[in-house]
Amino acid sequence: MNALKKFGFGLLMLLIVAAFLALWIALPWQGVVALGVVLALWMALTRRGRQTWQVTRVGLATVTQRLGSSSVVVVGIAGVVGVLVAMLAMSDGFAETLRSTGNDRTAIVLRGGSQAELNSILDRDSANIVMQAPGVKKDAQGKPIASGELVVVANLPRRGDPNSDSNVPIRGVSDDVWKLRDQVKIVEGRTFRPGLGEIIVGKGAKAQFEGIDVGKTLRLAGQTWTVVGVFESHDALESELWADTQSVASAYRRGSSVQSVTVLLDSPKAFDTLKASLVADPRLKVDVSTTQDYFSKQSEGLTKVLRAVGITVGVIMAIGAIFGALNTMFAAIQARAREIATLRAIGFRGVPVVVSVMLETMMLALLGGLIGAGVVWLVFNGYSTSTLGANFSQVVFRFHVSGALLWTGIKWALAIGFIGGLFPALRAARVPVTTALREL
Amino acid sequence: MKYMHLIWAALFRRKSRTFLTLVSILAAFLLFGMLDATRAAFDSGDSVIGVDRLITTSRYSIIQSLPASLQTRMEAIPGVKSVGYANWFGGIYQDPKNFVLSFAVSDNYLDIYHEMELPAEQRKAYETTRTGAIVGDALAKRFGWKVGDKIPLQSTIFPQRNGDKTWPFDIVGIYTPAKGAANGTDQQFFFHHKYFEDANAFHSIGTTVGWYVVKLTSADKADSVAKAIDALSANSDHETKTQTEQAFNASFAKQLGDIGLIVSAIMGAVFFTLILLTGNTMAQAVRERTNELAVLKTIGFSSQSVLGMVLAEGVLLLVLGGVLGLALAGVVVPIVAKGSGGMLNLPPIGASTWILGLMLMVVIGALVGALPAIRAMRLNIVDALAGR
Repeated sequence: MNALKKFGFGLLMLLIVAAFLALWIALPWQGVVALGVVLALWMALTRRGRQTWQVTRVGLATVTQRLGSSSVVVVGIAGVVGVLVAMLAMSDGFAETLRSTGNDRTAIVLRGGSQAELNSILDRDSANIVMQAPGVKKDAQGKPIASGELVVVANLPRRGDPNSDSNVPIRGVSDDVWKLRDQVKIVEGRTFRPGLGEIIVGKGAKAQFEGIDVGKTLRLAGQTWTVVGVFESHDALESELWADTQSVASAYRRGSSVQSVTVLLDSPKAFDTLKASLVADPRLKVDVSTTQDYFSKQSEGLTKVLRAVGITVGVIMAIGAIFGALNTMFAAIQARAREIATLRAIGFRGVPVVVSVMLETMMLALLGGLIGAGVVWLVFNGYSTSTLGANFSQVVFRFHVSGALLWTGIKWALAIGFIGGLFPALRAARVPVTTALREL
Repeated sequence: MKYMHLIWAALFRRKSRTFLTLVSILAAFLLFGMLDATRAAFDSGDSVIGVDRLITTSRYSIIQSLPASLQTRMEAIPGVKSVGYANWFGGIYQDPKNFVLSFAVSDNYLDIYHEMELPAEQRKAYETTRTGAIVGDALAKRFGWKVGDKIPLQSTIFPQRNGDKTWPFDIVGIYTPAKGAANGTDQQFFFHHKYFEDANAFHSIGTTVGWYVVKLTSADKADSVAKAIDALSANSDHETKTQTEQAFNASFAKQLGDIGLIVSAIMGAVFFTLILLTGNTMAQAVRERTNELAVLKTIGFSSQSVLGMVLAEGVLLLVLGGVLGLALAGVVVPIVAKGSGGMLNLPPIGASTWILGLMLMVVIGALVGALPAIRAMRLNIVDALAGR
């Protein structure tokens, strides 16, 4: 009978923990603040609450005597939160870089089924049809604002690693590119003049790859190019080197074909008109998407993988940390067993004892979470790195430790603290007073 | 070893505490196993099979092709046994998500990559079938392909001459990679370069190749041959870069990001926490046993043997949890690899992971045991028994 009771109790606890975790994950920050306020009011206004506050104070006052084991909880949880937040910051940073590269005011046209610019090819006739299509905005002279572009890949060494080879994208762009991509600004030097073998480099590319500072020359496809400027755009374009389409086409023997055509739309609504007309045109077999869709799609695969890896690693580490916290808190209440029993003997009930042990663990967890998330924020926020993107070339991106991510980290920390504190707290409240007083 | 039962008893003195610690250790080594598999998946650099092969690509960029006329000139270089070539096909099967690592290859490619083992009759069938393709066993399993199947593969780059982007293929052979082949070898798809040239909408494809693979007469000629090959096209508009297969693979993996660094950073965080946690448990365990240790010393155990026993306790704790964790990783890793649909191509936990893991267990075990062990060794019997 006793075993059955024990089993039932364990099962009940498990259900409570599962329900709590589900609720906790869904809870927005307002909910957590409300919970905190309710707890504070309860502690201030009710008798039980005031008792809880007293017991908690004693517990916290003695934390310094258990510094070694308490720091295990803090450091363990800091580790979990740090790794989780860093991995998520990497995936968020990558997704955000690509997402902000596109917008709904411009559309990109590729050969049907090519998925990325590198695989696409459009001959001059097709490119012209695309530029003349309805929905494309015209400038004052009635010329469509469009850029027929080529993306090729060059080998450049990574900064500080002269023997490495990275695929760096080089984009041939038309004059209209400045109207199409108004986020791009020259921050150093000047822009290229067509036909003179001049090239400008993105700020991100300049930071990651060797030998592309202003004034330097580089050899591409057997020709010499001079770097004349640096541009900034705060998106994936910063990973690229830009020159004019004709020069790139002649260097790489592409004739008059381009790989993609980017057009400025009359309005975001004009996209449907453009798409309908291009899809219906029997001379063409193209894919049309807004640049926003196109670039967001490119980040999908890697973002998913990074998130999945981050969360898997986080969960496994969290399991380790929960057991570490359980161990520590069991030891802590054992060290205080007599004290807790004395409190109970003089009239303190179970609830204050349970709540106070939980509070103590969760405070340690909160501290750990803050440390872990804080360290990641300090070290990694804005940290720039690169990986192989859809065009078979490097995309430079920054880790982005957002407020939302820090919040996710803190929530994980508190959840670990909750589970790690619950069972020791229950033990503290359930051990018969007489047994506890006799212990040690 | 004769004190094994004593160490064991000490370890399980408080079952719940030891159990909780073991789970933490298990989690850490489960992660270690999984991350090491991930690292290994991106690290094909230590395979000995490809040491006598060079890869020649365009110096300027990976997307530029090389003239087909180079082949005969390369073959004339002393130290070169044979020269094959390949072209990237960019195939997808039915859905853009089903990316297939597919290549159009020269006829001697299978001889150069001899680690792809193909039954003789399938090899024969491949040679006589124009649209024949051979695929790795893992790839065949992934899509349920069998020898004799006709499958369409869509190229994201090359349309056929008739404008169709879908190319029909006949699966005529399924190869199995030999032991020690680079990770991912079993996921590839090969077909005739001839078919690729003839049916390709780009007529110029017949005069170019994507890259060359060079088989050497012996591995120690790699440097001189690589220099000689690059000299052939120096100062032309198609300069080449020749490197060993390992160097090529390593630089490619590096482009994805420094996987090794990320993995070590995570492992560093995990093991640092583990040491702290287990060290704390050990310290507690020894503190509680002060009396018992004093008694042991009283009845004649030397300080050294007490030191050894506590150290052994730490190592045993780590080895128990670690072996369980690595074994669990051995079960989990194939499941994860399967679940990712071929995207994450994780090799099973190998001997090198086990060896490294065991070393870590012993070192961390000794580390966490060290402080309590020294305390136990220095224990003064009189003080300890008096409870001071």
